Amino acid sequence: MGCISTTILIAAAVLAGADLQRDSFWLPPPASSTAPVVDNAFLLLLGVSAFFFALIVVLGLWFVVRYRRRPGQGPEHSPSHNTALELLWTAIPLAIVALLFYQGFTGYMELRTPPKQAYEIEVVARKWSWLFSYPNGHKDENLHVPVDRPVRLVMRSEDVIHGLFIPAMRVQMDIVPGRYTRTWFRALKPGEYNLVCSQYCGTKHFDMRALVIVHPPGEFENWLADAARAAESLSPVDRGRELYRINGCWSCHSIDGTAGTGPTLKGIFGQQVQFQDGTSAVVDENYIRESILDPQAKVVRGYQPVMNTYRGVLTDEEISALIAFIKSLQ
Amino acid sequence: MNDTENPTENHSANSQHGHSPFLAHHFSSHRQQYEAGKLGMWIFLLTEILLFGGLFCAYAVFRANRPEIFLWAHRFLDKPLGALNTAVLITSSLTMALAVRSAQLDRPRRSAFFLVLTLLCATAFLGVKYVEYKHKWEDGLLWVRQFRPVESAAVSGEAGAADQRPRHAGIFFSIYFAMTGLHAIHVLAGMAAVGWVLVRTLRGHFNSQYFGPVDYVGLYWHLVDLIWIYLFPLFYLIH
Amino acid sequence: MTEPSAINYLTYPRGLRSWLLTLDHKRIGVMYLASVALALVLGLIFALLMRTELIAPGRTIMGEDTYNRVFTVHGAVMIFLVVIPVIPAVLGNFCLPLMLGAKDVAFPRLNLASLYLWWVGALFFLITLAFGGLDTGWTFYTPYSTTTNTNVLAAVTGVFILGFSSIFTALNFIVSIHTLRPPGMTWRRLPLFLWGLYATGLIQVLATPVLGVTLLLLAVERILGLGIFDSSLGGDPVLFQHFFWFYAHPAVYIVILPGMGIISEVIPVFSRKPIFGYRFIAYSSVAIALIGFLVWGHHMFVAGQSVLASTIFSALTFAVAIPSAVKVFNWLATMYKGSIELAAPMVYALVFLFLFGIGGLTGLFLGTLSVNVPLHNTHFVVAHFHYVIVGGAVMAMLAGLHYWWPKMFGRMYNQTWARLSALLIFVAFNMTFFPLFIMGGRGLVRRYYDYSVFLETNPEFTFYNQLASVGGYLLVAGFVSMALCLISSLWRGRPAPANPWGAPGLEWQSSSPPPPENPPPPVQVGDPYDFSEALLPSGT
Repeated sequence: MGCISTTILIAAAVLAGADLQRDSFWLPPPASSTAPVVDNAFLLLLGVSAFFFALIVVLGLWFVVRYRRRPGQGPEHSPSHNTALELLWTAIPLAIVALLFYQGFTGYMELRTPPKQAYEIEVVARKWSWLFSYPNGHKDENLHVPVDRPVRLVMRSEDVIHGLFIPAMRVQMDIVPGRYTRTWFRALKPGEYNLVCSQYCGTKHFDMRALVIVHPPGEFENWLADAARAAESLSPVDRGRELYRINGCWSCHSIDGTAGTGPTLKGIFGQQVQFQDGTSAVVDENYIRESILDPQAKVVRGYQPVMNTYRGVLTDEEISALIAFIKSLQ
Repeated sequence: MNDTENPTENHSANSQHGHSPFLAHHFSSHRQQYEAGKLGMWIFLLTEILLFGGLFCAYAVFRANRPEIFLWAHRFLDKPLGALNTAVLITSSLTMALAVRSAQLDRPRRSAFFLVLTLLCATAFLGVKYVEYKHKWEDGLLWVRQFRPVESAAVSGEAGAADQRPRHAGIFFSIYFAMTGLHAIHVLAGMAAVGWVLVRTLRGHFNSQYFGPVDYVGLYWHLVDLIWIYLFPLFYLIH
Repeated sequence: MTEPSAINYLTYPRGLRSWLLTLDHKRIGVMYLASVALALVLGLIFALLMRTELIAPGRTIMGEDTYNRVFTVHGAVMIFLVVIPVIPAVLGNFCLPLMLGAKDVAFPRLNLASLYLWWVGALFFLITLAFGGLDTGWTFYTPYSTTTNTNVLAAVTGVFILGFSSIFTALNFIVSIHTLRPPGMTWRRLPLFLWGLYATGLIQVLATPVLGVTLLLLAVERILGLGIFDSSLGGDPVLFQHFFWFYAHPAVYIVILPGMGIISEVIPVFSRKPIFGYRFIAYSSVAIALIGFLVWGHHMFVAGQSVLASTIFSALTFAVAIPSAVKVFNWLATMYKGSIELAAPMVYALVFLFLFGIGGLTGLFLGTLSVNVPLHNTHFVVAHFHYVIVGGAVMAMLAGLHYWWPKMFGRMYNQTWARLSALLIFVAFNMTFFPLFIMGGRGLVRRYYDYSVFLETNPEFTFYNQLASVGGYLLVAGFVSMALCLISSLWRGRPAPANPWGAPGLEWQSSSPPPPENPPPPVQVGDPYDFSEALLPSGT
């Protein structure tokens, strides 16, 4: 029996992946203040699972060998029930899962309770890009945050359910149309991290990505001020280019000639295009405006009618800037 | 081999074996067959309760979250017609129960009579529903995407009040049509079942030893009635 | 008895009509076997298409829209056409009346209707594939499913019809177990496979109607714009999730409970001793069925559900894990001091213990609130459910199929070939799905056509995906090998005796294959796990 227990413990330790290291084999390096509480619960689960799994496998193999069928011999006599044993192996797992539940619960409370002085950033998710709005009005396609400061995300969707997921921060929350959902985190070290969509949302669900850029101490405010200023002093073409970026137009319309989910914008202004209903027209300012506000009206033949409307999202001034930008792509 | 309704194989209509020809081959007695059939029908009714349960749940959720919609919209329902329908269905349950009892007591002609009455009540119910639905259609009081109430929409006992209409008020009618519509489909199905049992009664299939199908259809019919008894106050009698 | 009799339920009565209009539960079970096997082939083809696409980053053999359709239909076919019906409809139909010493199930015509409904449901799936496809994921979340232009209507119609097939089978089994038990077979002498089917039937009857009304509402939402689930019309997308998972979580217990029932039959026979803890195993099946209705919200910890609701669901999720653990310990205790023979059914039972062990334990990770947050919607979840569904239920099905095959078809199959196939399946399965735990933990999101966005931080994902794809091909090869072994036995196999494994159950009293009319039960019905008469395998 001692032999068996030793085997089980060794197997458990191996499978638990030597949890003495900070960077686990199983999870990304933790980058937020709440990651350790999640990771510790994970490692506890790993240890418990490894132990019980090793127990099952070792006992199973042991029994198969030790009690294999010998010709002419039946099994030794043994009882077919033992209530005390049943209660024991009900009670022990019950105690263990109670502990696991408690660990999970306390960690979850932390994950869902943002600190009072959190810095609030608005998030808009739509097929298939992100838009982050900062308190000074600046809008960006990436999530910039100051290091070591709690950031609260207030999120909404313009179409279907999306999911905001930052693996390194152990942050995930669905974004449901018709309501706001919230999450928060405090980044521990400067750097760039992946932010991806985790709730299936159609064609480009796999490519709906942004960066989380954690700024070193003192630099975030500078970046924010510069970014806002830069937006103001742009020419219409440059303004259009920025709008093209932050509104996610790039996820479907390329500017280098490659066809994507939508037609490329390179050289499209002034071209004759064919629509799905057989009619055709020249791409002028009016057509571009209509395609932004009412995209299903005239879909170019060969493409799917999947574009969302930007009515209420883009102002007339912004649409003009976009038209200027598109004109410049000859 | 496994015939249930074909009385030709080993039995004659006037069986010498002491049991009705409608004893299925895999059952050992009429009692066993009856108990099995009864349990089966109760389980089926359980599934129907779960089916409607989902809709009742949706009702509860929307009413809890948007009570103003329900308070505003329910006045457009015709209370007198709803009450009439409730009385009609309760009567039909009575006639159905009497039909079952008659079958048990070896009185097929009485049974058939009550089954016909049940069908008449059901027809009346559907007729009233048709009138109600027609009014809603004319008044534009339909589910959300088609919710376009006309100015003159009639409100039960009061003048219409389109100005205080809550946002997404059509939700009330979405749930109303979903639930009463699904219920009406079940009334139709029930009528088909009652009709089938009526045909078999007229053919003399049932007697005091074998009346299971009448009983089971009766149970189904009572459930259909019961569901309406819940629907009526939930939609028509909101305060 | 060394030769199967020429007249058995397979050979008499003759003719296509006698099969298509049969009321014989044994024939219905066999037709289900063929039908579900075809659906499995379809589902596996989609699986191989997916794994082929994922063997390299970027586009490999298909575009993103096609991929989204392929993973959706893989899931829908496997869940609704294969794993939910398979054990009850195939082995349940065949064995239940025989185990009860009954002539048939309580409602044979309803049984045939179940089969017809399965065929009609499958037809609607084929219509979906042919006209528009489906790209919503098997979970049909709104508002994506109310607004996409794929053929959602045909698909939900098919699933709705399949729901009725499932309900009717369950209703039949529950009534049969209640009313057709022979004298002497009290509830405490009911074979555990039947306890499993009974508990499963309870779930099917209570949960499936909720799926029915949910899909009905989804269809009406699409056609008429009902407005219950679509936020732009005032509806609530999260309400859809509650409705859907209220069915779909218990549904996974529909999948596993019959499988656990099979394991409870196989292990005692091949250990030649009674099951340990009969009562605890029987009651744990019912406990799983009932508690399983209370945990659906654990699919929604990050869906915007309240903290309170999530907390309650997590606690209940841990509660439902306990009866499963109790079963595993009881199975091991059954093997203790037994006389174990590693025939193919037992090999599959051991494979089940290993794989279901991993699957069940990883479920604990997902039920833990804080750990769920970074694991939700990653490949960790995909790995978990494949371990419990395929590694659990499908392996149990194969154990049962190999156990009852001689009874069903009157032939023994080649043990060595069968066991080698099981070994291949075991190794290939781990190769395919274990890497998904690793990638999921590191952040790889599920339902992704391409994992390129992760390659900068996780270049190893390419290797792990290659491993999984190669594993997938090997796994299918294993299934093919297993199938060929069984099918070839139909003409090459040694004729099977009535009781090749020396098992005590009533189903082994008839000849192999059984006659068209089931034999009557014995006058004295004994304990279904009584090995005291030292039944040696007959005809060896």
